[in-house]
Amino acid sequence: MTATVEPEVGRARTRKEDARLITGRTRWTDNITLPGLLHLVFVRSPAAHAKITAIDTDEARRMPGVIAVFTGRDLADVQGSLPCAWPITPDMKAPPAPPLAVDQVNFAGEAVAVVVARSRAEAVDAVAAIDIDYDDLPVVLDLAAAAADSDLVHPDLGTNRSATWVFDSADAGTGGDVAAAIADAEVLIERTYRQQRLIPAFMEPRSVVVDPTGEQLTMWSATQVPHILRLMLALTTGTPEHKIRVIAPDVGGGFGGKLQVTPEEVLAMVIAQRLGKPVKWTETRSESLVSAHHGRDQIQKLTLAARRDGTVTGLKVELLADMGAYLRLVTPGVPILGAFMFNAIYKFPAYHFSCTNVFTTKTPTDAYRGAGRPEATFAIERLMDELAAELGRDPIEVRAQNWIRHDEFPFTTVCGLEYDTGNYEAATARAKELFDYDGLRAEQRERRERGDVVQLGIGTSTFTEMCGLAPSRVLGSLSYGAGGWEHAAIRMLPSGKVEVVTGSSAHGQGHETAWSQIVADQLGVPFEDIEVLHGDTQSSPKGLDTYGSRSLTVGAMAVLKAGEKVIAKARRVAAHQLECAEGDLEFAGGRFTVRGTEKSTGITDVALAVFAAHDLPDGVEPSLDSEATFDPENFSFPHGTHLCAVEVDTETGFVKIRKYACVDDVGTVVNPLIVDGQVHGGLAQGLAQALYEEAVHDESGTLTTGTLADYLVPSAVDLPHFDTDRTVTPSTTNQLGAKGVGEAGTIASTPAVVNAVVDAVRHLGVTDVPMPCTPMRVWAAINHRSADSGLGTEAGGGLGSLDTSGGAV
Amino acid sequence: MIPTAFDYLAPSTVDDAVRVLADAGEDAKVIAGGQSLVPVLRMRLAAPTTLVDLGRIAELRGIRDDGDALVIGAMTTHHDVRRDPLVATHTALLRAATDTVADPQVRHRGTFGGALAHADPAGDLLAPALALEAEMVVCGMDGRRAVAARDFFVDYFTTALRPDEILVEVRVPKHTGWGAHYEKFSRVAQAWSIVAVAAAVQAEDGVITQARVGLTNMSSVPVRAHAVEDALVGRPATVESIRAAAELAAEGTRPAGDGNADVAYRQHLARVLTTRALVTAVGA
Repeated sequence: MTATVEPEVGRARTRKEDARLITGRTRWTDNITLPGLLHLVFVRSPAAHAKITAIDTDEARRMPGVIAVFTGRDLADVQGSLPCAWPITPDMKAPPAPPLAVDQVNFAGEAVAVVVARSRAEAVDAVAAIDIDYDDLPVVLDLAAAAADSDLVHPDLGTNRSATWVFDSADAGTGGDVAAAIADAEVLIERTYRQQRLIPAFMEPRSVVVDPTGEQLTMWSATQVPHILRLMLALTTGTPEHKIRVIAPDVGGGFGGKLQVTPEEVLAMVIAQRLGKPVKWTETRSESLVSAHHGRDQIQKLTLAARRDGTVTGLKVELLADMGAYLRLVTPGVPILGAFMFNAIYKFPAYHFSCTNVFTTKTPTDAYRGAGRPEATFAIERLMDELAAELGRDPIEVRAQNWIRHDEFPFTTVCGLEYDTGNYEAATARAKELFDYDGLRAEQRERRERGDVVQLGIGTSTFTEMCGLAPSRVLGSLSYGAGGWEHAAIRMLPSGKVEVVTGSSAHGQGHETAWSQIVADQLGVPFEDIEVLHGDTQSSPKGLDTYGSRSLTVGAMAVLKAGEKVIAKARRVAAHQLECAEGDLEFAGGRFTVRGTEKSTGITDVALAVFAAHDLPDGVEPSLDSEATFDPENFSFPHGTHLCAVEVDTETGFVKIRKYACVDDVGTVVNPLIVDGQVHGGLAQGLAQALYEEAVHDESGTLTTGTLADYLVPSAVDLPHFDTDRTVTPSTTNQLGAKGVGEAGTIASTPAVVNAVVDAVRHLGVTDVPMPCTPMRVWAAINHRSADSGLGTEAGGGLGSLDTSGGAV
Repeated sequence: MIPTAFDYLAPSTVDDAVRVLADAGEDAKVIAGGQSLVPVLRMRLAAPTTLVDLGRIAELRGIRDDGDALVIGAMTTHHDVRRDPLVATHTALLRAATDTVADPQVRHRGTFGGALAHADPAGDLLAPALALEAEMVVCGMDGRRAVAARDFFVDYFTTALRPDEILVEVRVPKHTGWGAHYEKFSRVAQAWSIVAVAAAVQAEDGVITQARVGLTNMSSVPVRAHAVEDALVGRPATVESIRAAAELAAEGTRPAGDGNADVAYRQHLARVLTTRALVTAVGA
């Protein structure tokens, strides 16, 4: 067995999982079929808020191939209530959340009945034959109106306000008093920004298959969270946890949108159990857009206090956050994840944050890539540009005046978080160089002076984020319903191959490649000899899954800890074989060598000897296999400087990204190709929030962006070339020195783009353009027309003008 | 997304197609390339009892030179229109507009005639057909008749085609030597036009002698900007005279307002894009 000479960590390997994922030669949940499989299709409410007065399923039940039709009333005693694992305050109000509506629907797209048939086509036909009468209730759509409680989503709660969560640095003892800072401010920047509602729009639609015929019920689901799902299914349905096996086969993207325990998963399980037959449900794209959870949707009231010399003195953040109609798995906690990030990289001496969570008659919101941190980063980075404009100074210079210098780390922020490392100066200097900052500023001046139709704008975002969720003790202090540890195991096979088991299941991130690289270096075995097992509660029995950029900083550390135990066990056997003391052995490149001699043995040779178990030291069990559970002491804090130049056509309002350069510091890089891929994908989603994507409802609460013809996900043609680079300031909170990269691009890029748009037309009197910065909105801002020109509902042309209320067809 | 059940017929001649269409009655629907109809069927926004597929009728495909006009078979794909040298030479405007249609997959399946018969006012081929004064040759149980483009488009997704008629071919008068440009404005590459302008201009010695301007998505049907055309004739082919004429581009238009553009913004875009289309067309 040869040792790897060149380290695997840091190598730009193409991903071992790509061939099967890209060609589709793999098992997506919808590819799974079982003998006697039945198909589920849901009837969804067209009304946003209504009493269900009658459901007639007689005709549907008689249709060909139909096995059963269930309404909410039919399943009321077995379906339970969907779980919310994050009660952010002791007095938080949470309505019952039945998977299938029983008496009342609270958002358009809510499941009202389900048809079970021998084929999908027969089920779809039967859905059309179900007749439901609704008695409309007043819709609650606007956040401010919802907070005012004029009409109630859930009358039994007596209010639309679910909870208010507050952090105040004076009360916490981590900083000064914001009211005093505002009273003494020489400069006050007061702004209100809107985080529009977004839809995660993962590529693979959600799908679930349930087989109830074994001793253990088996559920395959396109989920990010097989382990959390298994526990929650047990708690929701009463089926004991040890009688449930959950498998997340290859999963085609999630972005937080599959961090959920869905109504359809619970119902598929309950119905499979009731019928004693396997069932499958796979959603259509229209169903996905209207019923899978949405993201963002906040109104941010912001006050920044500063001195005339540019020094920031205080920040006050007041949020209204839209929960939608129900609290799903972590809905209430999403805005709270941003609470500690509004101060970002700056040395604010005083900080106050409050967030009121509000119910509306819209699709529930929950985690979406970045979850709370993009909102915070947008707010503070927009404010820093506004402060610079107010002072007539360069926006990067004002940031540099206020950010934590590299020699000030570790630094305890006004929120009480300890940032371990960072070097904002280095990342910014490199980004300016990559971007040609001075050259583009010169071109901007020239275009302004010439009065060119096309104006150039430059936007900055110097972001940080807290990632690697984890630490359990911090999550506990935020009332989160679980810990943040991660589990791993390593199995040494007798033939010299290695199985790595991880509780952090990938849904496109490339764990199989990255984990193999890490273990190849640690154990000194070839990359190709390592298999990574994940996503099945039978083979990877323990884990807290994949979200919040946690896999590498938490999950891979558990792998390393397990590897250390393997080496320790092997060392004892090797010493026995080589007739030396354990302390005399060096381990490198997969071999134990007796110090100062040529005598050595390979770890895979030891694995074979342990398998044979013919000659082991006394008291040593015949196994090298080891497992570990890791819980970090702190978050990691990636950072970076993102610079965006846009060209704004002042006649049409069209925004074209001219150049995008970013320098991210994600600490030690395991695989540069994977990191670049994560950054590119993240940028695409962040840019999309700035320019393209928005979930829009009409006045009746119908989602009018219910197809991908209306909900504009940009394609490669619409995106610019990305100039990316890195600085490397290793994290000290984990042994690899890695930070997280899964959300960085999304968090950083949105304010860079909007800052650039505003910068391009600020000389025309524009101080803000609401997101997404559509051509009409930019044009309206330039011409000082109404800030949010019409989200009308009349038909224009195109497929999107046709009625698409998201029925299950 | 599964359509309601329907009968599927695939005739091999125009005569057969017309006959089966007449037999199938009012709830029959003709399918050409299917790029608009299939999504509509799958979302059950339409539920025809019979689909008559024109895909196997060879005589409906191809482009031929017919003296003062090109004749384009209704089932000719956008891809074939784009790469045809006769189209590039004699109807450059049609070539330019076809270049902007959707993406390669759609252009290989979607057809010229299908797009016209679908009559989506945001479709990119209606305004060029109108501006070039194309003539639709349609065939029904009573035989063939020709319908001028200005009479063909009746309302949103509605044409002068009778239930038993199919669009057979389109006669597009040659505009050889005319400058042409299709200026399309959309939010992302794959989206429909918010507004687009089709412009073809003939100039001699720096003076505009004839002009054709068609507007996409400025009404329930494609619109001809006659006021702009009239204002251009006899004027020098300069940015100044174009800008002045384009001020009239929104006259008589009745655009819809939607989330992408309200009425005033659409009319503003019509003026700006008309200027740009004409400037590019004349090379000013």
